[in-house]
Amino acid sequence: MGRTLRDLVRFNRQFASGVILLAVVAAFSCLSFFSPYPPNDSFVVPPDVPPSWAYPMGTTSRGQDLFWLLSFAIRNTLLFGITVAVISRVLALVIGLVAGYSGGLLDRALMSINDTFIVIPLFPILVLFYFVMREHMSWGLLALMMACLGWAYDARLIRSVAMSLRTREFTETGIFSGMSTRQILVEEHLPYVLPIVFSTTMNNINWSIGLEVTLSVLGFTDINTPTIGVLIYWANQHTALVAGIWWWIFFPVALVVITFIGLFLLAVSMNEHIDPRSRLGRTGP
Amino acid sequence: MNGYPVYLLTRLGQFALVVFIGINIAFIVTHATPIDPVEQSIAAATQYGSTSPEAIALMRQSLKELYGLEGGPIDQYFAFWRRVAVGNFGPSLSAFPTPVSVLIGRALPWTVSLLVVSTLLTWVLGNLLGGLAGYYRQSRTLRLGGLLAMAFHPIPYYIVAFMLLIVFGYLWPVLPISGGYKMNMPRDWSWPFIASLLTHSILPILSLALVGLGGWFMGMRSLVSNIVTEDYVVYAELGGVERRRILASYVMRNALVPQVTGLAMSIGAIFNGAIITEQVFGYPGVGTLLVSAVYAGDYSLVLGITTVSIVAVSLAVLLIDLLHPLLDPRVRAR
Repeated sequence: MGRTLRDLVRFNRQFASGVILLAVVAAFSCLSFFSPYPPNDSFVVPPDVPPSWAYPMGTTSRGQDLFWLLSFAIRNTLLFGITVAVISRVLALVIGLVAGYSGGLLDRALMSINDTFIVIPLFPILVLFYFVMREHMSWGLLALMMACLGWAYDARLIRSVAMSLRTREFTETGIFSGMSTRQILVEEHLPYVLPIVFSTTMNNINWSIGLEVTLSVLGFTDINTPTIGVLIYWANQHTALVAGIWWWIFFPVALVVITFIGLFLLAVSMNEHIDPRSRLGRTGP
Repeated sequence: MNGYPVYLLTRLGQFALVVFIGINIAFIVTHATPIDPVEQSIAAATQYGSTSPEAIALMRQSLKELYGLEGGPIDQYFAFWRRVAVGNFGPSLSAFPTPVSVLIGRALPWTVSLLVVSTLLTWVLGNLLGGLAGYYRQSRTLRLGGLLAMAFHPIPYYIVAFMLLIVFGYLWPVLPISGGYKMNMPRDWSWPFIASLLTHSILPILSLALVGLGGWFMGMRSLVSNIVTEDYVVYAELGGVERRRILASYVMRNALVPQVTGLAMSIGAIFNGAIITEQVFGYPGVGTLLVSAVYAGDYSLVLGITTVSIVAVSLAVLLIDLLHPLLDPRVRAR
């Protein structure tokens, strides 16, 4: 594991750049623990100050130091993405492994439901969810809802691997030596699907952060917990662009774009690493 | 030819299942939450000034009728399905007394045309460029293009649309950034009107295309670069078949099959993107309608749009699935 990672960083430029980008973002989010101001206090600094040495990213019209506010926002945004990813990974793994291993009617039923979740347009459903929840909408609730909706694509991927694992000899050895289905899935098959799970995790974090940003920019979440989307929402509420407070929009957007590209590079390079054919294509004949 | 009817039936079954589960999710979301839409609407209506208790009781009764919230949960469930089946979601509260179905019907052509044009454009262009990039691996231009497409791919629709809005609205204001056509223009299908329609659709289409291109490009490139090593391609090359013909009918044709499946699978996500993009550019489609309905607290309109979206997206997937056998003869022969 450690050795694979070291090789990836050394030989795969995409992986290395992804790691660097995400390390910067993660370090920045850790700065929130040293913030001199609590995240929701306003008018602690003079409003509308452009970026300078005293305020590296300027201040907002609500009198907040954007640098520290942004560190809170990116921390919450990352936490949100990771929460959704972890919960939906569990769902995707259980459904994918069980469907792929058992096959037959159970597999077909699970995959029909799975395909349904891939097809259904999630955004209107999430908006409807916000509409009926209103003030009761919270960060955790949204994460849970999105995890329940966002496992399907990856479950299908895991299932396809599990199907091929079922025909391998070690599975039969396991069955004949009296292992239970759960043991076979967890002890024998899980290690094989973990690399794919890693790459889908990155994609899933990307997906959930993207939806969270979109929903909060429109004001369809709990707008009192600072996330990147909520930050842009407040900037729009104060018509920051028209007022010429460009830094209030620029820094959150730039930071979240860096996060997206970093996660995406990790996912792509990991995918390539898993598929040896494209790895050969990279080194060339 | 035995395979086609079976294929058709399974696809129709899948369509029915998607609609069934989707509508059920909408029902559960609206009914399992602790918040009562009737009380919410009453609170919104009585916010200003005092209303007599009798009037509120009357309002509660008529709203319950309007929202189909009378009787027990099972009655409500069937009432919900009846409304979906006949497409009647009652009058809109924010644009009273216009029926919700009329409002949606007015917005739907905008969304559908935006979706169809941008999806076709993105899919064709992405696959073409990706196929070329996979076949001519040494080309520097194609590599650079791929890098650009991939840079935009992971960014969500909202952020890309927002960045385009800033660039073309504030930094270099050459394109209209809001609306579907020039305000107050007569909708007479004259040349100026059509030109205005086209210029207003450039930015929404561009933002959808920028996000979408990378996915098709990468998918096609990796598919093609795997296919070119197959024996039949090598054989065709050795046999002196023209390179262009190899690429078009030996390589791309085979690689297209999974890409069509991919299109069917991502229609839902593309639809989400279109809704969001519309809202950014104030395009008069379903997305803008949905967001303004939420702001106006219009329960029947939000519910109507959600159900119509679920049905429309599953229909689009069904259509692509039905076209699939034309491309892949194995489906017909199975």
